[in-house]
Amino acid sequence: MKLTRRTFIKFTGLGAASAALVQLGFDLSPAETYAAELKIRGAKEVISICPFCAVTCHFIAHVKNGKVINTEGDPGYPVSEGALCAKGAAMSAMINSDHRLLKPFYRAPYSDRWEEKSWNWMMDRLASRIKETRDKQFITEKNGQKVNRVDAMFHLGSSQMDNEECALVHQANRALGIVHFDHQARI
Amino acid sequence: MTNHWIDIKNTDCALIIGSNAAEHHPVCFKWVLKAKEERGAGIIHVDPKFSRTSARADFHVPLRSGTDIAFLGGMIKYITENKKYFDEYVRNYTNASFIVSEKFGFKDGLFSGYNAADKSYDKSSWTFETDANGVPKKDPELKHPRCVFELLKQHYSRYDLDKVSGITGVSKEDLLNVYETYAATGQRDKAGTVMYALGWTQHTVGVQNIRTSAIIQLLLGNIGVAGGGINALRGEPNVQGSTDHCVLYHILPGYLALPRANWPRLEDYHRANTPVSNDSMSANWWRHKPKYMVSLLKGWFGDNANKENGFGYDWLPKGDKGGDYSYLYLFDRMYKGKIKGGSIWATNPAQSVPNSNKVRKAMENLDWLSIAEIHHNETTDFWHRPGVDPKKIKTEMFLWPSCHRAEKEGSISNSGRWVLWHWKATEPQGQSKSMGQIMVEIMNKVRGLYQKDQGVFPEPIVNLDWPANYEAENITKKINGYFAQDTEVKGKLYKKGQQVPSFTVLKDDGSTVCLNWLYAGSFTEEDGNKAKRRDYSQTKLQEKIGIYPNFSWCWPVNRRILYNRASVDKNGQPWDPKRTVIQWENDKWSGDVPDGGWSPLASGKGRYPFIMQKEGHGQLFGPGRQEGPFPEHYEPIETPVKKHPFSKQLNNPCAKIIASDADQRAVPDDPRYPIVLTTYSLTEHWCGGGETRNVPWLLEAEPQLYVEMSQELAAEKNITSGDPVIVESARGRVEAIAIVTVRLRPFNVLGKTVHEIGMPFAFGWTTPGVGDATNRLCVSAGDPNTTIPEFKACCVNIRKAEKVTEINL
Repeated sequence: MKLTRRTFIKFTGLGAASAALVQLGFDLSPAETYAAELKIRGAKEVISICPFCAVTCHFIAHVKNGKVINTEGDPGYPVSEGALCAKGAAMSAMINSDHRLLKPFYRAPYSDRWEEKSWNWMMDRLASRIKETRDKQFITEKNGQKVNRVDAMFHLGSSQMDNEECALVHQANRALGIVHFDHQARI
Repeated sequence: MTNHWIDIKNTDCALIIGSNAAEHHPVCFKWVLKAKEERGAGIIHVDPKFSRTSARADFHVPLRSGTDIAFLGGMIKYITENKKYFDEYVRNYTNASFIVSEKFGFKDGLFSGYNAADKSYDKSSWTFETDANGVPKKDPELKHPRCVFELLKQHYSRYDLDKVSGITGVSKEDLLNVYETYAATGQRDKAGTVMYALGWTQHTVGVQNIRTSAIIQLLLGNIGVAGGGINALRGEPNVQGSTDHCVLYHILPGYLALPRANWPRLEDYHRANTPVSNDSMSANWWRHKPKYMVSLLKGWFGDNANKENGFGYDWLPKGDKGGDYSYLYLFDRMYKGKIKGGSIWATNPAQSVPNSNKVRKAMENLDWLSIAEIHHNETTDFWHRPGVDPKKIKTEMFLWPSCHRAEKEGSISNSGRWVLWHWKATEPQGQSKSMGQIMVEIMNKVRGLYQKDQGVFPEPIVNLDWPANYEAENITKKINGYFAQDTEVKGKLYKKGQQVPSFTVLKDDGSTVCLNWLYAGSFTEEDGNKAKRRDYSQTKLQEKIGIYPNFSWCWPVNRRILYNRASVDKNGQPWDPKRTVIQWENDKWSGDVPDGGWSPLASGKGRYPFIMQKEGHGQLFGPGRQEGPFPEHYEPIETPVKKHPFSKQLNNPCAKIIASDADQRAVPDDPRYPIVLTTYSLTEHWCGGGETRNVPWLLEAEPQLYVEMSQELAAEKNITSGDPVIVESARGRVEAIAIVTVRLRPFNVLGKTVHEIGMPFAFGWTTPGVGDATNRLCVSAGDPNTTIPEFKACCVNIRKAEKVTEINL
């Protein structure tokens, strides 16, 4: 059969690679032996999108036992056709990086270190600071005009957020009365 | 982008300017190369430095940072004088024929109406003569002395080859080469694309840089056609979406204006912001703004928003008229002690905002700071950076672990406006959560406090329509919008709560909810979540130019090429049938989604193609920008020259310049700082480098901060490749390793030699020994329309270093 890239993708799809290759007429026995040793054998394939430039190359995350064990370009995204640059190619390293923050941390005023505190304690403390600052610094009127805002608080970020997250962040900040509201699009 | 990534393959000539596309949008470059291989397209790269983009271009033209308007102004002159413009397109689809008011003027670098005291313009003279109905008068022959076309030619008559060459440092030969090559796309069956990025936006004349290219593209008939357009190569991984949702001080989602103090009621807001056109042939699409604003407010306040309370308009913060609440002003106010607390999410301003010394110091004045991040960086840890004593810094810090993109699902929008879904691969690691979940929790805690204890002006907070938990797809649906009551649309009944099919059904009476009108149609009853679509089917017409109409969905209404009614003549037939975008046949349009489904202009029932402009025509004369209706060359705020040949106005008369004791600036042609510095990103590192410096092999590929300079400059300063050097501006000093290269050449500017150097900005102190923020050098001055800082040009000096402490040698 004529093998176009589209045909290949249609048959191999997600996770059905070996069955499809047999259909396409390949003899899999040597490949099968090799594949038995591939770390991605039996992994679930999930499509995500590189978090760097706005070409937004898609990548396939191979997941086993709840962990991403491999990432590679997704040929199904017509813009990238499976390609990734050096950053996108390093995706699994970033997902599993030792540098990742996996707990909330708190720094007390004038302290020289980060401390571990419970999520709930920190949430309560932050909320009380937000309310305290907003109540104290709220400006109802300026030069005889209603402004209903708090200049002394701000929000920055982020072009890393999903559309859904941006929508909520915008709604919340205007409700708080914040006008110092900005992110990377202006940088 | 007006077009999209794959469309680049359809071009006859790619003008890559203010961008290093091969290095910073690497995967897109295949489409540029495809155009070259399959259509013989020309590739022109205009950029101060020779890079991997230049290596693949037909020719590279180095120009001095900040002189793009001079460069392109010369091209406008060339196009008009040599009649390279697409005549039928210019006459019918642009405002070339519009007659400008006799009050309008331009003299010696300033337009009529300038107020030097507050550095702004009264724009009332930048207007058209109108008939009794308020519709602009036109001269279709383009001969009236005050028609836009005449004024355009007059304005750019000064941009001759001598002057342009003298100020840009580009040889006359190179100028003509670019002008001739690019202007050839003015033929009706040729298309040229302009690809730009932050090399253009990061200037005090940034918006006017882009305006100049828009004028050129309109003259050449390159807007609305396949292989054409103005194509911004957007940077960040959902900056298009975050821009559409307007996480920006001055706009509300869907590009609606921030309410200002001088519009006390919703009616005042509507009146001030809704354009009116009495020309029945002009769609004037923004006249629908009230519907989008009210639907947004209903989305924010739910049933608490009603007609009686202006849908909650009173609860919204009102900016001062003309007030600027952007980064530069925020950090200046923070530096001066006026900001008490705030939150920073997945961004690293301690690296990426100009004058980093000032920014880092400013943060010490905060009482509290909440940060959501995936790892430590120069912002999260500013309070114990080298040289400061944490015991003197009061800022209470809350650091939230943000999960990785692969650990959540949601949609993002690429540079071509395609809305794309990403699925959840695993649960978030450790205690990390999505930023959406963190925001939802914070707001719920705050709401709880206000519900319990009232406090000051609790209404907007307690009346918010806010979820208990973050479920992405619930918000995706709300972004598309739904009916707040049973509604019939063209004979079909939609029940309350059902998704709206498109923004054409949104209303200003509170009966519809929509968090962003542009995204209406992306998640419908009929087709579900279209961002998830992976269907490759296309008609033959669509496949020819690679539209992929069934892969994901793009805004608006899945129209892949904007302003595509300009790609056809008044009978609806394409200028170039070999690259048809839309075509009228058998009483309907085929191809892409037409930019307005009306029949062609010749039917008498059509509309002008530029439907988002009040008068429906492409704006050669553009009265909406802060510093003028025609782009004009002005020098960067820090410049190596005392004057330029175009006028006596050295700099942008409306530029936003921050003043503080930490914001010292070089004077023009400053003997202390004679060298021009440009800054840029890298392929292996992302922007400020916070995330990528943590990947060992990416750091190995690009291990430390360097500065690229010409062999001539190196000889002058007795520097060889590998030497540690100090680069210094009026604001700070930075250590770097010298790279002496042919990629940068000295410029001959107005008879003297001007050197330009370049530095990446990816290196920060949290990765030991690699160098620290390049932005300690950059200037706190911004474009008057966007307040985007001028990262791409400032003045510095350079010398060999005896000893360095920031970089391990």
